[in-house]
Amino acid sequence: MKKRREPFTDTQLLMTITICIFVVMYVLAMIFLGGGFLRAQQIFDLLNDNAALIIVSCGLTVVMIGGGIDISVGGVTSLVVMSCVLYLNGNGNPFLSFLLALGIGLAFGILHGLLVSYLEIQPFIVTLAGMFFARGMTTILSVNPQKLAHEGLNAFRGIKIEIPWLGYIAKNGNLIPGRIELGVVMALLCVIVVFLILKFTRLGRNFYALGGNQQSALMLGINVKKTRFMTYLISGLLSGIAGFVFMMHTGAGNATNAAGAEMNAIASSIIGGTLLTGGVGNIIGTFFGTLTLTTIKKIVVTSGLKDPWWQSISTGAMLLFFIVLQSIVLSRRGKSKAKE
Amino acid sequence: MPNGTVLTMRGICKQFPGVRALNNVDFTLRSGEIHALMGENGAGKSTLIKVLTGVYEKDAGSIRMDGIEGEANIHSPQDAQEIGIATVYQEITLCPNLTVAENMYIGRGKGLLVRQKDYEKKAEEILRSLGIPARPRQQLASCSLAVQQMVAIARAVDMKCKVLILDEPTSSLDEKEVQMLFSLMRDLKSRGVGIIFVTHFLEQVYEVCDRITVLRNGELVGEYVIEQLPQVQLVARMMGKELSELNSMNEFGRKPMGSEEITYEAEQISSSECRPFDFRIRKGEVNGFTGLLGSGRSESVRAIFGADKVTGGRVKVNGKSVRITRPIEAMKNGIGYLPEDRKRDGIIADLSVRENIILALQVMKGFFRPLSRAEAEKFADEYIAALNIKTASKDTPIGSLSGGNQQKVILARWLLTHPDYLILDEPTRGIDVGTKLEIQKLVLKLAEENVSVTFISSEIEEMLRTCSRLIVMRDRRIVGELTGDDLNQNQVMKTIAGGEAS
Repeated sequence: MKKRREPFTDTQLLMTITICIFVVMYVLAMIFLGGGFLRAQQIFDLLNDNAALIIVSCGLTVVMIGGGIDISVGGVTSLVVMSCVLYLNGNGNPFLSFLLALGIGLAFGILHGLLVSYLEIQPFIVTLAGMFFARGMTTILSVNPQKLAHEGLNAFRGIKIEIPWLGYIAKNGNLIPGRIELGVVMALLCVIVVFLILKFTRLGRNFYALGGNQQSALMLGINVKKTRFMTYLISGLLSGIAGFVFMMHTGAGNATNAAGAEMNAIASSIIGGTLLTGGVGNIIGTFFGTLTLTTIKKIVVTSGLKDPWWQSISTGAMLLFFIVLQSIVLSRRGKSKAKE
Repeated sequence: MPNGTVLTMRGICKQFPGVRALNNVDFTLRSGEIHALMGENGAGKSTLIKVLTGVYEKDAGSIRMDGIEGEANIHSPQDAQEIGIATVYQEITLCPNLTVAENMYIGRGKGLLVRQKDYEKKAEEILRSLGIPARPRQQLASCSLAVQQMVAIARAVDMKCKVLILDEPTSSLDEKEVQMLFSLMRDLKSRGVGIIFVTHFLEQVYEVCDRITVLRNGELVGEYVIEQLPQVQLVARMMGKELSELNSMNEFGRKPMGSEEITYEAEQISSSECRPFDFRIRKGEVNGFTGLLGSGRSESVRAIFGADKVTGGRVKVNGKSVRITRPIEAMKNGIGYLPEDRKRDGIIADLSVRENIILALQVMKGFFRPLSRAEAEKFADEYIAALNIKTASKDTPIGSLSGGNQQKVILARWLLTHPDYLILDEPTRGIDVGTKLEIQKLVLKLAEENVSVTFISSEIEEMLRTCSRLIVMRDRRIVGELTGDDLNQNQVMKTIAGGEAS
């Protein structure tokens, strides 16, 4: 029998669009802006600076695929950073500090999940409360910025993976190798794990079913409440990991840490092809969504528009562009189908 | 349990706030039979199905399944699936964003991982053996509705279900697709599956079913072998009338035939909810649309008023071609519509009687030319007196009035606009007998004043009393028009049932 290639599913289609646009955008940046964009380090820096964002975006994508929303991720991340810094500065154990990060994230995830799934409260409200709560707790822990003073961990977070062949020659003639922080490894690991969960596990497929049509999911015999609970749990857990990675990157706790991370994460997920209505989305898309978002900001800065509002404006424009593009593509699909 | 029986439900009761949805209902299903569950809308079919599938918890009664000791515990759709009850609903309950194969296997089985490749292979086999034109890796949303429905059935088949419930599966299928579905059903029947078939289409019942259970108002009317229940008898059972009750109706007197002038005329008018139909009404005539609940009679008049999305047709009002696609256009052409669902489409519960009365007139005048308070008071007083509306004052919120009085307020609202053509959809539902009679008399009086009226009621007697012409609908089509001597209950029911009288 002749194997026929199936047309893309909505998820695959949107992801492909994102990746294509990212590549085109980056190539254009290389051609017209040159400079840093010609170096591999540019990408590494994007990853180094945004490892935490990638991780929370993964969590948010999971929640959004399930048809929910979680805007507490930035707050939880910042609470984790502050808690870990204070714990470590009190001569804490680095390994236990990681468990602390996981624990805080998990606690928020479980609480949100219980309230949203089992008490059926609007996820927006629940996680809004969670966000305020986490931000407030961060400030209670310390109003002032706290520098990480734990020597062992400072040494550990200084470790960078060096890739000489992706380096570049500096002005003084020295070879500067490509440098990747450990947080990036963590972020990539999260991307891979979440990708595998979504693609190959029963739970992951149930997320899609839940977001696709909640009523149907119930009728198909899926435990809808438990499934929805799990999306928030995963998002909380990833916020915890993101907090740890954030601390590794900045080495300091601050009440304004990860400010606006939730909105950037939502934007990344949407640009990556996740639909707010649920059921459609992909982690690889989200990964490229984050890169697209951060690259745009970089391009704006490199083009000489250094004032911060230009970044906001370009982010807004980008988001709008993607949403409009997605809705046009999907509605055109709907039409061509109706003609069949 | 007797041999060959797969499912028995005994004494099922289900109460909703204010409604007794099921009252002591029995149902029996044998293996290898197709069993129709019949009843008008609101008779309790859906509730019974939902109790059986664990969507609702029953208040009382027992459910037993073949092969299960004691009572079957069904508290969720998963429970029902596990003991072999599969359901295919009218609205597709699959996930459009997943592939065909995934839709067949999701929510089933245990274990951490899914084996997509296995699913696709198995799905391919089943789809082929059942002759369903779908590819396993196709996104479900890219299949037609009929195919999606069949995928749902394929899923049920793969689950080795003993009981397959098909809830209105044919309502969105065309004739060819219906035949495909029927051959699939017969195939399953020969494999020993017991099928419960819920539908509005009477012909389809007689085409595939072996047995019929009829419900009415949440109560069991009876279970019949199909050969022993001719179609017209079935209709009588569903509506709760005996055929012998015929011709006993006494009329008020002369029924308004109207003059020769035609007030409203539509050719091939159609909406998103109803098929194209022709319709005309003379000046001062009272006509009616009849048929079982759900036969499309409300949808037809909604199309005339532009209440649903009008999709085609030519309309003339008083001989002039006009375009009516929205209610405001209908109103400007002198058409009034009293909706079937008073609470949802009619009253604005928090506004006063006075405000509810002047609403339609105000809308027609436009909001920038408000009626003065004095005018509004005058109109309100006038109609409260004329229609004998019982209200504490004209400033009382309409929500606190009784159903009958609410209905009169809505009537007043339309009378105030002095329509040429008034459509009354179930104006007498849920109100007391005295008010019912008042409303019927009012209809006749309006006709004398040269208003054309379309009157719809579930009670055939009421329509026979007021209408000079009845349009009979079945399965969303006009199947007959009765006038003169044909206007009797027997003839109406025969026409609704279709086919030859027995």
